[in-house]
Amino acid sequence: MSTPQVDPVKVLQKLASERVNNISPSGIRKFFDLLSSMEGVISLGVGEPDFVTPWHIREAAIYSIEKGYTMYTSNYGLSELRQKLAQYLKSRYRLSYAPNTELLITTGVSEGLDLALRALINPGDEVIMPDPCYVSYPACTVLAEGKPILVPTTEENNFVIKAKDIEAHITPRTKAILIGYPSNPTGAVMTKEQLTLVAEVARRHDLIVISDEIYERLVYNTEHTCFASLDGIKDKTVLLGGFSKAYAMTGWRTGYAAARPEIIEAMTKIHQYTMLCAPIVAQMAAIEALDRGDKEVEVMVKDYDRRRRVMVEGLRDIGLTCFEPKGAFYAFPSIKITGMTSEEFAQRLLLEEKVAVVPGPAFGQCGEGYIRCCYATSLEDIEEALRRMERFIKRHT
Amino acid sequence: MGGEIKQIFEILETNARATPEQISTMTGIPAAEVEKTIKKAEKERTILKYKTAINWSKLGEEQVWALIEVKVVPQRGVGFDAIAERIYRFPEARSVYLVSGTYDLAILVVGKTMQEVALFVAEKLAPLETVQGTVTHFLLKRYKEDGEILEGEEGIKRLPVSP
Repeated sequence: MSTPQVDPVKVLQKLASERVNNISPSGIRKFFDLLSSMEGVISLGVGEPDFVTPWHIREAAIYSIEKGYTMYTSNYGLSELRQKLAQYLKSRYRLSYAPNTELLITTGVSEGLDLALRALINPGDEVIMPDPCYVSYPACTVLAEGKPILVPTTEENNFVIKAKDIEAHITPRTKAILIGYPSNPTGAVMTKEQLTLVAEVARRHDLIVISDEIYERLVYNTEHTCFASLDGIKDKTVLLGGFSKAYAMTGWRTGYAAARPEIIEAMTKIHQYTMLCAPIVAQMAAIEALDRGDKEVEVMVKDYDRRRRVMVEGLRDIGLTCFEPKGAFYAFPSIKITGMTSEEFAQRLLLEEKVAVVPGPAFGQCGEGYIRCCYATSLEDIEEALRRMERFIKRHT
Repeated sequence: MGGEIKQIFEILETNARATPEQISTMTGIPAAEVEKTIKKAEKERTILKYKTAINWSKLGEEQVWALIEVKVVPQRGVGFDAIAERIYRFPEARSVYLVSGTYDLAILVVGKTMQEVALFVAEKLAPLETVQGTVTHFLLKRYKEDGEILEGEEGIKRLPVSP
């Protein structure tokens, strides 16, 4: 007697909530499965630094464990960390946040984003965001029962979301604008002037702006503008930041949200029931990072910048067009000359030349025709990956 | 020195094999200017030499390293420099430093055997006129040199693909 075939997708659809079924599966997971069975692959598909957390930060964390810092902290996070964070934001962006009421320590920006959306969005509320954008923006909006409104951005405009395009997408249901610059996946940054125009739109239409600034420190030959520091917009902004990218602390899962007390209170209400607090050891490490981590950040930024130049110039040399990414650690070249879709390109590049990149559409429809190449990897690997890609491009154009 | 030019040296210090073209791509400085700067630095001995860090123990080569504290009498007019020169001219002296504290010169000596190092101290170093005394510390294990961890360096443990 033969056993009836079970379709796991159908089983999941039946078992899982509508909420889960409403979000698309990650476009990255498929690649991960394929990659894990292959050897000799150079991966440009990562989304994190290749540096290990600086030793003094790790050592401070070890010391804190030795001293018995193994308990819960306040829901808001360690008071000392919030105070230091307030000082940091003050000295870096001249922003004043009250440590006790306007800052919340989260388990990375990912949690901060989820909290902000769930705390602010009612079912059916619309959240405007750029396309392409980080994978969590639309998914977390849907999980919060909101509706992601994707505003196309293009290579011609350096993948920057334009204020007038935002305005064109505003409806009576629009509640918030969600931006993340420097951008994952494109590496785009927005200038102060461009952000000021977005702030004006937000003010005019009484919208909240959630600004994911996890890559704030990773900018090259340009200045990062903190959205909340623009004139008269602080009270309408939820600033999300963290330690993952600047201090190479991705696995520690420590970030923060800064906003007016009412918003922080609303976010903390969810945080206290779902997360309780960020891990204390990671918070102790974050204190050390803020106290003494700047030197390493400078060294890492300089290093990323060199690799960025090698990557971008290399991609252009092999015949791809690539706008200049001025932030994060990604290049986002166009692969349209090959006539392939991004997914096909990424899959064949992996199988034929063992180079892993992420297809642009994993970050939104406007990513079609592009791939994300992370240059947070060794120069040798970048150069070898470029050689392999050159062979591939020559074969397919 | 301009920040841009300094980058040329920072890159070469970690990778002596970097070509002017590669440095040019990494910094945005034209390759010709990179080459000119390097040539000038070589001439002026800003760049002393290009060397490779080798972990000889992996090749099964025996090496004995010793850190020698030397107490000397400084000489009128030349201070410690004359005696330091007498010492650093010996090829056995890998590094020579004038230091503050209870002794004056710190010398790193490398030899093939313990006896070779001991003989150098007994026959060459200790008999020098102004040397008052020496203390020899043989290195038992080298963990890190010139910023490089010799064994147990951490590999990258990140996932191959992540959002």
